[in-house]
Amino acid sequence: MNPSLRWSTFAAPSRFYALAAALNPWLWGAAIVLAAAGLYVGFFVAPTDATQGDSYRIIFIHVPAAWISMVIYLAMAFWAALGWMLNARMASMLARALAPTGALFTFVALWTGSFWGKPTWGTWWVWDARLTSYLILLFLYLGFIALVSAIDDVVRGDKAAAVLALVGAVNIPIIYFSVRWWNTLHQGATISMTKAPSMAQTMLLAMLLMTFAFWAYAFAVVFTRAQALALERERDTDWVRSLAAGKEA
Amino acid sequence: MWGSASEFFAMGGYALYVWSAYAVCLALMLAEPLLARRHRRQALRDAGRALDGRHDD
Repeated sequence: MNPSLRWSTFAAPSRFYALAAALNPWLWGAAIVLAAAGLYVGFFVAPTDATQGDSYRIIFIHVPAAWISMVIYLAMAFWAALGWMLNARMASMLARALAPTGALFTFVALWTGSFWGKPTWGTWWVWDARLTSYLILLFLYLGFIALVSAIDDVVRGDKAAAVLALVGAVNIPIIYFSVRWWNTLHQGATISMTKAPSMAQTMLLAMLLMTFAFWAYAFAVVFTRAQALALERERDTDWVRSLAAGKEA
Repeated sequence: MWGSASEFFAMGGYALYVWSAYAVCLALMLAEPLLARRHRRQALRDAGRALDGRHDD
């Protein structure tokens, strides 16, 4: 076995930087192609919904954003915890890099949900279990970002952020199961959508394409941010010096 | 499916809701990568400055 290709290989910030640089053009390409396909299917193939009319087309960004925001939170808590326990530098940087993107998708899900709720429920907002627990997710992200930016000492900041991320992770199952545990205006899980089969198929296809597009986007933008953090934290190392020197030359 | 472009943009009467949702999503997803790239460029520039011994923060 090639010893330079252990699982921990990309834990070295220099290797991570190179990997991200190699992957990012492909991720951006995938994001654009998948989003174009998803929007085409969503707006030109999927038919008008029998009960919600065309307002339902918000689902193609609402549900992918909501899914991703929750998975990103778990990923953020995982990397923050790993960075804390193993003193893995790159893991803590990844946790920090994930937070703004998670907050963005949380905001997008709230915003699009509001613009979907108004025509279908007759209200922009309601303080029910799903919406309230999901709003808390946004506050957890914002709290994480505020916490790491308030602590100048990087190691201490990483530890504090890991504690916050882990404690906040309890909110994720609460959000997910809220539609089952409590009475809520919010509809149940989207995947069990019971419509005419042919209809659900194209709607589902558009939603899945948009989900993959959002994933490619999320990886690309998180990698870019993690690269920036690695350059900042490793400023005094040889690999950053040679990168910076190469750029200047 | 849509008879005309104006029918498409009208979104069956839900234009305000559908396009407001999509516009904000698009704007944010264009802004975030630009900010992240600027962050990375700035970090690389700072590293270069440190290299020149003109590091000043």
